[in-house]
Amino acid sequence: MSEMTYAQAARLGLQEEMRRDPTVWALGEDLGYEGGMAGQYSDLQAEFGDDRIVDTPISESTIMGAAVGAAMGGTRPIAELRFSDFAMCAVDELVNQAAKARYMFGGQARVPMVARMPIGIRGGVAAQHSQSPEAWYTHVPGLVVVTPGTPAENRGLLKSSIRCDDPVVYMEHKGLWGMTGQVDESDQSAIPLGVARTVRDGRDITIVSWSAQVGVVSEAAAALSGEGISVEVIDLRTLWPWDREAVMASVSKTGKLLVVHEAVRVGGFGGEIAAEVAEELGVPVARLGGERIPIPFSIPLEEAYKIKSDRIAARVREMLA
Amino acid sequence: MARNLANEPARVAVMFRKMLVIRAFEEAAGENFFAGHIRGSVHQYIGEESIAVGICENLRDDDYLTSNHRGHGHSIAKGADPRAMMLELFGKVGGTSNGKGGSMHIADFSVGMLGANGVIADGCTISVGAAQAVKLLGQDRIVVNFIGDGGINRGPFMEALNWAKVYELPVLFVCENNQIAASTTTRLVTAGGGIAKRAESFDVPAITIDGNDLFAVDSTAGRVVSEIRNGSGPQLIQAMTYRLRGHFAHDDAGYRDAGEAEAALEHEPIRRTESWLLENGLSQDEIDGMRDEVKAEITGFVEDAEQADWPDPSLAFTDVQDVGAPIVPGAEQ
Ligand SMILES: Cc1ncc(C[n+]2csc(CCOP(=O)(O)OP(=O)(O)O)c2C)c(N)n1
Ligand SMILES: [Mg+2]
Repeated sequence: MSEMTYAQAARLGLQEEMRRDPTVWALGEDLGYEGGMAGQYSDLQAEFGDDRIVDTPISESTIMGAAVGAAMGGTRPIAELRFSDFAMCAVDELVNQAAKARYMFGGQARVPMVARMPIGIRGGVAAQHSQSPEAWYTHVPGLVVVTPGTPAENRGLLKSSIRCDDPVVYMEHKGLWGMTGQVDESDQSAIPLGVARTVRDGRDITIVSWSAQVGVVSEAAAALSGEGISVEVIDLRTLWPWDREAVMASVSKTGKLLVVHEAVRVGGFGGEIAAEVAEELGVPVARLGGERIPIPFSIPLEEAYKIKSDRIAARVREMLA
Repeated sequence: MARNLANEPARVAVMFRKMLVIRAFEEAAGENFFAGHIRGSVHQYIGEESIAVGICENLRDDDYLTSNHRGHGHSIAKGADPRAMMLELFGKVGGTSNGKGGSMHIADFSVGMLGANGVIADGCTISVGAAQAVKLLGQDRIVVNFIGDGGINRGPFMEALNWAKVYELPVLFVCENNQIAASTTTRLVTAGGGIAKRAESFDVPAITIDGNDLFAVDSTAGRVVSEIRNGSGPQLIQAMTYRLRGHFAHDDAGYRDAGEAEAALEHEPIRRTESWLLENGLSQDEIDGMRDEVKAEITGFVEDAEQADWPDPSLAFTDVQDVGAPIVPGAEQ
């Protein structure tokens, strides 16, 4: 076991896959010298050369579109978009091309690419650098959507995303780049897509969350346990496909579901999970997510957007009252 | 008709002072970023001041301007209030957007400054749209779009050039070519004969000038702006320059050759304009006095920003939209 950051773990996972499979390569802005915005590509250009870690022009449409073509052409590209906000410059290539090629062409095409686009609030980068649009992509048939929440998972899930034969939208959280955790370097196995992790066992209520919000949910759960309230916390890790079995099993046990995410609540993926659980189990469900506002710059405004642990705890108490 | 600037030291002094304001503003922004008073990212315009100032000196208040991530200099040159801008960088009440936008979203619509932008090249397409509005409304405003040399590799730049020419719109594209985009040398990722050639391929007239030469910028802008206002259709100015600092305040620019930035100091615009002023009637004392005055002014703005109030959290929920807006906490009754 060694301790490493979320960014370092992703770098390790990529390096392992690039060593294992010579068709894996990455393209994006400032990957070589800079090594990516958080060092998640550090020194990989030195090891693999500049035709496998490619510094591109500022041309998001072509970063994404070229990845689609390169995937059809027999390689496994990783399109690095830096911020999910800039990936919006290339949504067409992702949604109209990558996601649909296999289906439209009757199974002739496969698009094994990873579109890497970090989400979330990092502190003071405002409306065009802080968004969490993961729900958009869950709505698109053909895409896999992954939101790693810990260093070990950022390694293991990136590995399986690279190995996946369908296009994966891989959404790291910018606020987690520096998060440290234990990673077992000797175990090169990938973490399977579509499998949730139970972060904390509990009896009274299930909270489903993902990405950086899981940490806040865990704080709330710890606080509630002091009051004798036992919360089960599930990190979905993959949003599509989501681990229906794990969620249904947990809610069948606890009898109540709260879904919490940093993304805007309206149209958020929490609504999908809550609806599925309510339809299948007929238990009380609730959601907490951001107000439907752009992310503001100033500290008190940005803080007002966030879903803090006290709000989560209060919602749980209400649901159990 | 090009003015003979050599005969107008008073005009040069006015522009010089604006350059000093931008420089002092950017130095203060960097210092306060490192001091932890400003969050996020601060892209300084240090070393490129002559471009914004020389261009904007030839614009009217009601002309429009769109900018990019490096927008502080453009905003000040267009007439935005540097005090309100500093308050915005601090996220305080009284900022240009009362703290909602921050450094990358400085805007002052009262002086035609339609916004800095966090997304590269999005200003290009907004500019042609603003120009279409100008045309529809029968106005004689023009629109200026500032774009970097890295930004020209995004599709919207090419689309906007084509569009502006097809509809013969009053747009001036100003490409600030500092030869670098973040840590990438743009030459290595840019094919063809460069920015001017791209414009010319759309029959958009393009001229390349030394952007650090205030006189070249001022006289070129004077001619081009009046041609555009008189119906020439879109044009492009490529202003060669050098980014004296890192991409943003927390970038040490370690990817550069040693000594490069130091060597570039010789060509930086404030020093060059200062020498000209000294040869043309201003004394060193007068110049130093101007510098001290500007510094004191900016220091005052920083103090104001430190003392200004934080916005009430309820402000986060206003100005989203009219129908279907979120409920503003405390405003239910
Ligand atoms: C669409 C998009 N892609 C990437 C970025 C990240 N980014 C911000 S500034 C920058 C470099 C811009 O270089 P250039 O256009 O030359 O302007 P300069 O910084 O040199 O003034 C990049 C890549 C962005 N903001 N938007
Ligand atoms: Mg540049």
